[in-house]
Amino acid sequence: MPKATVILDAAAIERALTRIAHEIAERNANCAGVALVGIHRGGVFLAQRLAGLLSGILSQKVPMGSMDVGMHRDDLDRQPAPTLQPTVIPFDVTGKTVVLVDDVLFSGRTTRAALDAVMDLGRPKQIQLAVLIDRGHRELPIKADFVGKNVPTSLQERIRVRFREEGGTDEVTLEKQEPA
Amino acid sequence: MSWNRKHLLDIQSLTAEEIMTVLDTARAFKAVGERAIKKVPALRGKTVVNLFVEPSTRTRISFELAAQRLTADIINFSAEASSLKKGETLKDTARNLEALNADIIVMRHSASGAPHFLARFLRASVINAGDGAHEHPTQALLDAFTVREKKGKIAGLNVTILGDILYSRVARSNIWALTKLGARVTLCGPATLVPKVFEQMGCHVTYNVEEAIADADIINLLRIQHERQRLTMFPSLAEYTSLFGLTKARLARTRPEALIMHPGPINRGVEIDSEIADSGRSVILDQVTNGLAVRMAVLFLVNGGKGPQEVAA
Repeated sequence: MPKATVILDAAAIERALTRIAHEIAERNANCAGVALVGIHRGGVFLAQRLAGLLSGILSQKVPMGSMDVGMHRDDLDRQPAPTLQPTVIPFDVTGKTVVLVDDVLFSGRTTRAALDAVMDLGRPKQIQLAVLIDRGHRELPIKADFVGKNVPTSLQERIRVRFREEGGTDEVTLEKQEPA
Repeated sequence: MSWNRKHLLDIQSLTAEEIMTVLDTARAFKAVGERAIKKVPALRGKTVVNLFVEPSTRTRISFELAAQRLTADIINFSAEASSLKKGETLKDTARNLEALNADIIVMRHSASGAPHFLARFLRASVINAGDGAHEHPTQALLDAFTVREKKGKIAGLNVTILGDILYSRVARSNIWALTKLGARVTLCGPATLVPKVFEQMGCHVTYNVEEAIADADIINLLRIQHERQRLTMFPSLAEYTSLFGLTKARLARTRPEALIMHPGPINRGVEIDSEIADSGRSVILDQVTNGLAVRMAVLFLVNGGKGPQEVAA
């Protein structure tokens, strides 16, 4: 059994999301053009919650979509093909400020794929990135605009994010892999 | 929920879970086809060869467009304009294609088992696009996709396949797929074209068309394949129509929510009344649209794991 440390509990996740929602509102003074796109799977749950919070702050509905970046990954022939979920973006991204939402920012390759996938749908005015956890170890020049918590990690460690939408409680844990 | 196969040779050897993985993946690709930019970079730099030793238009075009929408390069190879006519063996033809570094070979052949034969010695992935009267796996997958899309499920449905079963690779692949996914399959047609031995595949055989269509949720009509029938299996097309054709009178005795499918090309006025083919009950053109999504999914899935393997961290 790997040792697991709780980094964020349900209340801390809620606080982090509330802060991120306010930061998005502050950063984009004219929020009329803001739309959220959650990256499967965890990012979709987070984007749904952020859309709710942001709609409350701005007293207007913030559009939200979900995206599977599997078709745009750069490692497709290096491992068994991933099972894809449909990408559902019920608005035109052209001219919008698109905020990509993901649970964990690691190598940056998922974000790179998401950037390409969004560009295939149109020409957004701006793309920003919101993540719950930034664990470091970037392999590409990518940086998040909004971060719930920075967690310095080693490559042997694993971040696990659980969501109440999946039938448990909200929780982020750091697991140390025992040497085999 | 994953796919670990290098080839897609038949439905018989797939598990229900693998079939569902293809259908789920195809759902994502169908959405790509509905966008302004109908292209994704998933197979960028890969080469797909359409090796069609037996003529085909719709399947070949469907695979061609599927490969293009995945950003692969595609070569079309047809038997009439090839060295096979000059006496080259199939094995040598395939080896030549592989020497050009083809990554995926999509193959249609009049001999059952031809794709399995190629798959034994090629490094490339092989996708069976129809082999003789054996199997046509992507047709069965697109039919299953269409059924699930329209009915929301497959398990528990009554599916009737009506027409030429004996010579039909579509029927065989459909029977495998549908029974694995829990549908009840009924076969019907002239006794000469629907041998009782098909009951060993887990379906019900009847020669009474009224019985076959009365409780069906899906009626899948198969074309009478003049080109495959060496003997006269029934007296005339007119007699086939009067005994087994889906006429308006017969349609009136089906469930109102029963849907009509057909793999195409349809023979209007033979196996199906022309007005029925154009009616809201027919999902024949949805099958064509879904075929593209399913073939994108199959190309995408067999491509997985073909490159240099990641060293496990």
